[in-house]
Amino acid sequence: MLQAGEWAYSETLKEHFMNPKNILQGENTDDFDGVGMEGNLQCGDQMMVVIKVDKEHDVITDCQWKTYGCASAIASTSVLSEMVKGRTLDAAFHISPKEVALELGGLPDHKIHCSVLGDKALRAAINNYYTRNGQEDKVKQEQVKVICQCMSITDHDIEDAVLEGARTYFELQERTKCGTVCGQCKDESEALLEKYKHIHFGA
Amino acid sequence: MADMKVYFDNNATTPLHPEVKKEMIAAMEMFGNPSSMHSYGREARANVEDARRKVAGFIGADEREIIFVGSGSEANNTVLSLFVCGTSQCIAGSKMRSTIITTKIEHPCVLETSECLAHRGVRVKYLDVDRYGKIDLDQLAGMLGDDVGLVSVMMANNEIGTLQDIDAISRMVHESGALMHTDAVQAIGKVPVDVRELGVDFLTISAHKIYGPKGVGALFVKKGIPYCPLIRGGHQELGRRAGTENTLGILGLGRAVEMRTLEMPEEEERLLHLKQTLRRGIEERIDDIYFNGHPTDSLASTLNVSFTGVEGEAILLYLDLEGIAVSTGSACASGSLDPSHVLLATGVDAELAHGSIRFSMGRESSMQEVEYVLDVLPPIIQRIRNMSTAYIKGGLHAASR
Repeated sequence: MLQAGEWAYSETLKEHFMNPKNILQGENTDDFDGVGMEGNLQCGDQMMVVIKVDKEHDVITDCQWKTYGCASAIASTSVLSEMVKGRTLDAAFHISPKEVALELGGLPDHKIHCSVLGDKALRAAINNYYTRNGQEDKVKQEQVKVICQCMSITDHDIEDAVLEGARTYFELQERTKCGTVCGQCKDESEALLEKYKHIHFGA
Repeated sequence: MADMKVYFDNNATTPLHPEVKKEMIAAMEMFGNPSSMHSYGREARANVEDARRKVAGFIGADEREIIFVGSGSEANNTVLSLFVCGTSQCIAGSKMRSTIITTKIEHPCVLETSECLAHRGVRVKYLDVDRYGKIDLDQLAGMLGDDVGLVSVMMANNEIGTLQDIDAISRMVHESGALMHTDAVQAIGKVPVDVRELGVDFLTISAHKIYGPKGVGALFVKKGIPYCPLIRGGHQELGRRAGTENTLGILGLGRAVEMRTLEMPEEEERLLHLKQTLRRGIEERIDDIYFNGHPTDSLASTLNVSFTGVEGEAILLYLDLEGIAVSTGSACASGSLDPSHVLLATGVDAELAHGSIRFSMGRESSMQEVEYVLDVLPPIIQRIRNMSTAYIKGGLHAASR
């Protein structure tokens, strides 16, 4: 008879969950150069990332965080905070959820969405730093494009749906209602569906 | 890693009772097909029928009213599916009464079957529950009518333990001419269940929630009630459930209910004391908590509590590292995106549903285990809250600290 299996998670993830790194102690974020927050408690995930920046070289010297969420959420913010230290703001801005998942030794498919808030919060913190330091020109807004005009569904909504498990056009429609009125956006939605499946799941 | 192991997830499943295990091991070589006429078959038949007598006796039914099935889910599927026969040939008059009433807090095997039936033309109405998980009898009265064929209300809820007044519901249902089903999977073996007193037409039982084996359950169908099998093609169970009987499982179920008869009466008070100790201890040691379920009309074994600013899967896994097994209503633990449908139905907000933990104790649970949980839980909640965004400056619960 087999013994109790390992957790659904990798050893690295388990380690970061058991001993999370760089948790922001206390409530005060005043000592930090950039603060970013994403998600909300109602959805079950919220993450805040704070950074200190070497202003001469635009390099992140410290990264701390708070997370409300499951084991994947806690571990992915923890691992992200380790990954960004020593990186330039520009390099850190481009860390993708896939890199975070890879660094964690992989995440189960249905847990990918728990980890995407960390890098979003990090980008918010970096933008916050730029704004505070009079470098508004460097603030990179995430481009949003409305794909389905009838239901006002954006490319971000489609990406979120993929992260939450949509794999087929039908499942995408079930989640977002995109293309359920005039249907003209079908080709573009399908192309994005494939793109995000590829980006996040390599499929 | 922790040395102490605490299993507080008895509503999910239970360990075999030592007596059940003993009896099943002793019977392990019984392999005959109960339908065979030779001695092998007769041995198996004798044991299946013996178990049937025990199960019938346990719930005050006649033996012929007990059908052995593969699970509680199968029993529930069978009952609901009675009412969708396209031709209405099996159950005369069912076409006239094609509405089913159930509740928003049923087990998924009832809710998802109901949804499926709705696609097949059945009208399904869902009863709301109050903040304690009780259905509103006035709302039920308003829904009942000559179009309603079946009402299905669970006796005890698996997540919050709330008990419904099945006897009162049955009376109303029968007055309107409909049939009454109760999913008693969580109630049976924990509170007295007598099908005549409850007045139900169908009742669902599962073995593995009462220290019996998995993969076996029983469905009570009152004598004279129209019936149509879900699994067809065999004469087993008087033609009501095809498939060679799970003889060992059935024997285990029989022994399990026998042991419940012996142990249940004293157990309830003991469990209630454990639950009260656990409840008081959590209340005293952890702030910002909410208890879910009915304060009195509830299973003695089940305590469901929500912690603000903390996600349930994280609690569950930190408790697991300390050797404590519980379950959570958080979406993350279930693989879905929504937290517990039961808690949401009681009006609990999504955040508190994500942060809910269910402790379900059983016959082996002890005061020592409760005390261990009370030692381990507060620092875990503290630790998770320390890393939670809910308690930062400007965070949702920052003001409460």
